[in-house]
Amino acid sequence: MAFNLTINQKAVSVDASPDTPLLWVLRDELHLKGTKYGCGLGLCGACTVLMGGQAVRSCLTTVSEAAGKAVVTIEGLSPDGSHPVQKAWETVDVPQCGYCQAGQIMSAVALLASTPHPTDGQIDDAMSGNLCRCGTYTRIRQAIHQAADTSASTAAIPAKKI
Amino acid sequence: MQIERHDMKEPKRKALKMERRDFLQLTALAGGGLMLRSFMGVAAPAQTRAAAPVLSPSAFIRIAADGTVTILAKNPEIGQGIKTVLPMIIAEELDVDWKSVKIEQADLDEATYGGQVSGGSMAIPNNWESLHRVGATARQLLITAAAQTWGVPVSQCSTTSGRVIHAASHRSLGYGELAAKAANLTLPDPVNVPLKDPKQYKIIGHSQGGCDVPAIVTGKPLFGIDVELPGMMHAVFQKCPVYGGRVKSANLDELLKMPGVRHAFTVAGSLATTPGGVDPSGSALEPGVAIVADTWWQAQTARKKLSVEWDQSGCLLQNSKEFAQHAETLSQQSPANTLRSEGDPEGTLKNSAKVVEAAYSYPFIAHATLEPQGTTASYKDGKLEMWTTSQTPGSGKKGVAQILGIPPENITVHLCRVGGGFGRRLNNDYMTEAAWIAKTVSAPVKLLWSREDDFGHDFYRPAGFQYLKAGLDQSGKVVAWRHHFVTFGEGSHTASSANLKNDVFPAGYVPNYALYMTAMPLWVKTGPLRAPGDNAHAFVVESFVDEVAIAAGKDPLAFRIELLQNPAIRATFAESLKPTPGQPMPYKIEPRMNPSRLQGVLQLVAEKSNWKNRKRSPGTGMGLACWYCHLGYFAEVAEVTVNESNQVRVNKVWIAGDIGSQIINPRAAENMVHGGIIDGMSEMNQEITLANGQVEQTNFHQHAMMRMKQAPPEIEVHFKKTDYATTGLGEPSLPPILPAIANAIFAATGKRIRSLPMSGSGFKWA
Ligand code: FES
Ligand code: FES
Repeated sequence: MAFNLTINQKAVSVDASPDTPLLWVLRDELHLKGTKYGCGLGLCGACTVLMGGQAVRSCLTTVSEAAGKAVVTIEGLSPDGSHPVQKAWETVDVPQCGYCQAGQIMSAVALLASTPHPTDGQIDDAMSGNLCRCGTYTRIRQAIHQAADTSASTAAIPAKKI
Repeated sequence: MQIERHDMKEPKRKALKMERRDFLQLTALAGGGLMLRSFMGVAAPAQTRAAAPVLSPSAFIRIAADGTVTILAKNPEIGQGIKTVLPMIIAEELDVDWKSVKIEQADLDEATYGGQVSGGSMAIPNNWESLHRVGATARQLLITAAAQTWGVPVSQCSTTSGRVIHAASHRSLGYGELAAKAANLTLPDPVNVPLKDPKQYKIIGHSQGGCDVPAIVTGKPLFGIDVELPGMMHAVFQKCPVYGGRVKSANLDELLKMPGVRHAFTVAGSLATTPGGVDPSGSALEPGVAIVADTWWQAQTARKKLSVEWDQSGCLLQNSKEFAQHAETLSQQSPANTLRSEGDPEGTLKNSAKVVEAAYSYPFIAHATLEPQGTTASYKDGKLEMWTTSQTPGSGKKGVAQILGIPPENITVHLCRVGGGFGRRLNNDYMTEAAWIAKTVSAPVKLLWSREDDFGHDFYRPAGFQYLKAGLDQSGKVVAWRHHFVTFGEGSHTASSANLKNDVFPAGYVPNYALYMTAMPLWVKTGPLRAPGDNAHAFVVESFVDEVAIAAGKDPLAFRIELLQNPAIRATFAESLKPTPGQPMPYKIEPRMNPSRLQGVLQLVAEKSNWKNRKRSPGTGMGLACWYCHLGYFAEVAEVTVNESNQVRVNKVWIAGDIGSQIINPRAAENMVHGGIIDGMSEMNQEITLANGQVEQTNFHQHAMMRMKQAPPEIEVHFKKTDYATTGLGEPSLPPILPAIANAIFAATGKRIRSLPMSGSGFKWA
């Protein structure tokens, strides 16, 4: 079946069976490898993307559910890593292996869009669906605070601008 | 990850002694620069670690005409930061600005780069000397080129930020301008080239961001799972839920009709097992069914329709509960092996004023790297090309060559960034599977394991059962110690990572001491998990030390210091190994634990955590533990609060570590230690269980790891710099956190956790 999707503000059409998870459409059909597979059951958050401004697990979102909604992946945050959350991640030097970090960043972007100056407790609540096997949680917290401080106004979700 | 394991797996260390008959070949680079390629004559392997490999600078460094310096990162990057840290060493001695350096991942080529192994926290010990000399030799060549250009003595030239300077005449030349000439010079003897005084370091000891971070935060394809080749297909591989089960029949024809499925076939496998225990080479091919489709989701969807009749004859259908019962029985009998015996342990125990006795145990656990196992392979005209996430790609290649019968020279291996190693990828079963599938279909294929494959077919951290007894005299001094380790294996042979070294603390520090080992058979693969052995033994020993200290009526800190001050040990310890203070060479590693260094970190952590004045209020307590492993010394204090429902919250952790004279990349080092703490906390409440030979856990909900809200709000890391050789950091911070938290829980509640997971004692994370 053909589906019309809006990924990172671009209209694309893909041919896939309706129950195909958005994750695998992004990775294998659209060649957007930034979104990662970790568990396939909504347990790890490695596959987090934004859909209609909300953080969703793309392993549990089917391509048919995504049709017609604005989807933003890590590749769509900025063309050059200049999104304030990406900048903060770089300044704080968050990643160890880095595998979870696209999902962490997408959850953080969604959090900051709704809560521009989150407390530690709000960060913990919003981020506890994202596992980091390497244990970079202290740094993630620090980077979210930094992104909130530097530029709450620009920590927006690109899809929302259109 | 143990040193022993490396020696076992790679008997001939790839320590290359470069003869002074190198040929340097110049290759024109686009843009007019020069690339130095070396074709080295390889002489006999060096005998000891002290004789570090001497490697050609030209293999590691490319200098373009515009002065851009490219440094090759030789080891697999598994999140330990080695892709940044090893080039930092070269760049320091080369004397270039870090921001002018580009880093490139080297392909597998151990003849050129030396061993390319990420394990055992050994990358720094194995590469410290050689990479210093690589950078310094290149710098020396550039100085010589400049001196010849100017007609001045080499001794009048110096370098700074990628330029050679002749101060007397106010002349300078950039490395880019000198590269062509330098490439034609005879290599100086790398052992005699001058090295920088560490006081002059501008890169080592200064925090540098991870070299891949910009690519990570923008979602660039970097990891093994991201590889994409033209015409590539996707594969899943279904193995028997019971280790070693073979395929009797499968509904392959039905699968072939499913959307996108191109191939479905059975694989007979190449398992070699030993009687009494599974001990396959880490590359062995297990039997199973391969499904190859246009997309991974199609292959995975087809797998849901797969129905296999497995032949499990010859497999042992074991159950976790039986292990515990069997271990208990064995603990009552006389031990099968004596690993160490000094004085009269049994007699002294009988006559001790006080005897403390306890039984400890811990379960199998899984690695669960966040990136599941996988490899991409392409087979064409007898040649195999692979993109992999192995921590030991060299032995992976060897295994593939043997099992598939492809000559090693026809196999090319590229190293991808790895989404977590933790020791899982020291074994290379997934590499062999991918190669087999690609060869069978003669096309590029990406094999990706599902999370369920990963939990079901790990090389698990082995469970263990330990029985300890300590005898105290009237004054509360330890006079006897008996340690019986019931583990897996057969006879005196233990399953992988199920061993206990005969210098486990406090061996050597107690006059009457015995260490025994009894093994029972096992039919599941085991292997090293970050700080193998130590991640379990530290929990057991340091929890028991705490019990003994309390029984002796002593403060746990003072008690440990007293044990470590055993005069006999101090007298025999080779203090002569201490290198010249602060100098990088000679690079000498102490052969065993140095008690004064362990005391050093204990004292530092006590001071930082204000141990002496620690508060004791009901429900809140502090615990202390220390451990030496992987050449590193760590002491850790945890403060916990336990609520009425036995939910544990770790409020703060203080860490003191001694890994020698340099912390090469301080911010990354702190991150790595945070990781060790969080990882150790996860291990306190994880468990893999077997039911009829099958692993029961399938995904993260059944083998939980720490989440952000459970992570300690504060983790304070202190490094104690000492004059000893700089060593590795991937592992040694992990082991002490388990007993530090268990001891803190005891301080808070009076309940001693002697068995993991801690849920068995009624505790859970808040
Ligand atoms: S892969 Fe989607 S939550 Fe883990
Ligand atoms: S950085 Fe490795 S999983 Fe988060």
